Amino acid sequence: MIQKSTLIDWITIYAQEISTNKEQLTALDAAIGDADHGINMDRGFTEVMQRMPSLREQDIGSFFKGVGMTLLSKVGGASGPLYGTLFLRMGMASGGKEELSLTELAAQLSAGVDGIRQRGSARPGDKTMIDALAPAIAALQEAADAGQETCQALEAAAAAAEAGMKATIPMQASKGRASYLGPRSIGHQDPGATSAWLLIKAAAQAACSAQ
Amino acid sequence: MKKLINAPERAVEEALAGMARAHGDLLRVHFDPTFVVRADAPQPGKVGIVSGGGSGHEPMHAGFVGAGMLDAACPGAFFTSPTPDQMVAAAKAVDGGAGVLFIVKNYTGDVMNFEIAAEFCAAEGIQVESVIVNDDVAVQNSLYTAGRRGVGTTVLAEKICGAAAEEGQSLAQVAELCRAVNGNGRSMGMALTSCIVPAVGRPTFAIGEAEMEIGVGIHGEPGRERMMLQSADEITDILAATIFDDLPFQRGSQVIAMVNGMGGTPLVELYIVFRRLAELCDARGVIIARNLIGNYITSLEMAGCSITLLDVGDELLRLWDAPVRTAALHW
Repeated sequence: MIQKSTLIDWITIYAQEISTNKEQLTALDAAIGDADHGINMDRGFTEVMQRMPSLREQDIGSFFKGVGMTLLSKVGGASGPLYGTLFLRMGMASGGKEELSLTELAAQLSAGVDGIRQRGSARPGDKTMIDALAPAIAALQEAADAGQETCQALEAAAAAAEAGMKATIPMQASKGRASYLGPRSIGHQDPGATSAWLLIKAAAQAACSAQ
Repeated sequence: MKKLINAPERAVEEALAGMARAHGDLLRVHFDPTFVVRADAPQPGKVGIVSGGGSGHEPMHAGFVGAGMLDAACPGAFFTSPTPDQMVAAAKAVDGGAGVLFIVKNYTGDVMNFEIAAEFCAAEGIQVESVIVNDDVAVQNSLYTAGRRGVGTTVLAEKICGAAAEEGQSLAQVAELCRAVNGNGRSMGMALTSCIVPAVGRPTFAIGEAEMEIGVGIHGEPGRERMMLQSADEITDILAATIFDDLPFQRGSQVIAMVNGMGGTPLVELYIVFRRLAELCDARGVIIARNLIGNYITSLEMAGCSITLLDVGDELLRLWDAPVRTAALHW
């Protein structure tokens, strides 16, 4: 089972990753967007960490919802509603639980990613965070069905997310601000797919160090 | 980076505090969540008009808050959409019982945040209509992009809808009017330089001394095409031709013509562009009924301009001429 403390570690590690990679995310966004992705994500997760002392006291559902609402109110741009929706949907799917099975985590992440797809109406291949998240969810579910351990399963998901992120490089964007560049968006890695890979990588790191 | 700021993370807040002191007769500034609201809001029985977007486009939108235009504006961080909690708080502050119109520029972030805000408002019993402005003809292919961006027509829509709301038109009427303005307005912009987002500290894109970017939006983002720099008249010809052909504007039609500075171009150059635009309109038999020349929807210190043409009948002209009293637009 995945304990609540592991999920708190996940968010804590991700907040650190965002802070560490803030400049790189912003530089990726400057190439095909408007140079604010790292700054906005860092503002949101800095606020999440400030609220962590009260968030960590809540059940998993309320914890994720709290993270989602914080991102929704502090990030703005496109990443605020998208990451906000991810965590809100995960929260709604996790009820009042204090621990999750791997199957449950996979189902909740999947619900969160469905929320992102609906909000942003992005499909795989549009050069967005979906290109990292969709293969990650598929790999996670496959690993869970095969009865793998949480650490291994999330590492497989992180590898799939990384491959998906790299696959955005040759894509032409058809969603978000990068879409205005048309063919000029080709050759650049999508910043949203990059922060999405960091998210799954942080989950694997939290799960593997909890073992 | 050389800028008149104290700290990037405090720049928006400090500028708003300055606005509050400068224009206390017109508006109030509320922090946490941040929104700028007309001093005499809410107006009982009047439709409230709320807009918003990233900061860095000043005077849009906070400079358009006041009688006859916006009831509230929600400023985000630089070039970053504001958040739903700001929009909901602004909607509550201006709701005089006749509902609230959200005027939203077509950017992925703005659209999603206003959409969430409209859902929250509906849940709280505030009647909200949203109209998305997407007038940027530089975006050719709407199927494989996020669609045409909302640019110059937004300013004209906020003025005209503000006038309609002021004279007591219903939410449905004001929303319909906003859609009509959007349907008849077309814009195209260009940049001579990039701009520096304060928290980033470097220009968003590199551009050579002899180059220009045609078809830019308002975020220092690269545009439709990089070209060799040309004369003011040639640039005006390129922008205007794309606009004329898009609606298309017919011989004998009346327009409101806006030549807008991107923030780093002096007024004298904007008049040179307007002079050429007027010649082109004359040649096509398009009548410039009103004009607006200056910095109204900017991209920080970017040098460049945009042209907007709005096809208007007498009713839209009447609403355009109605009194307006805001920090940036007043007659």
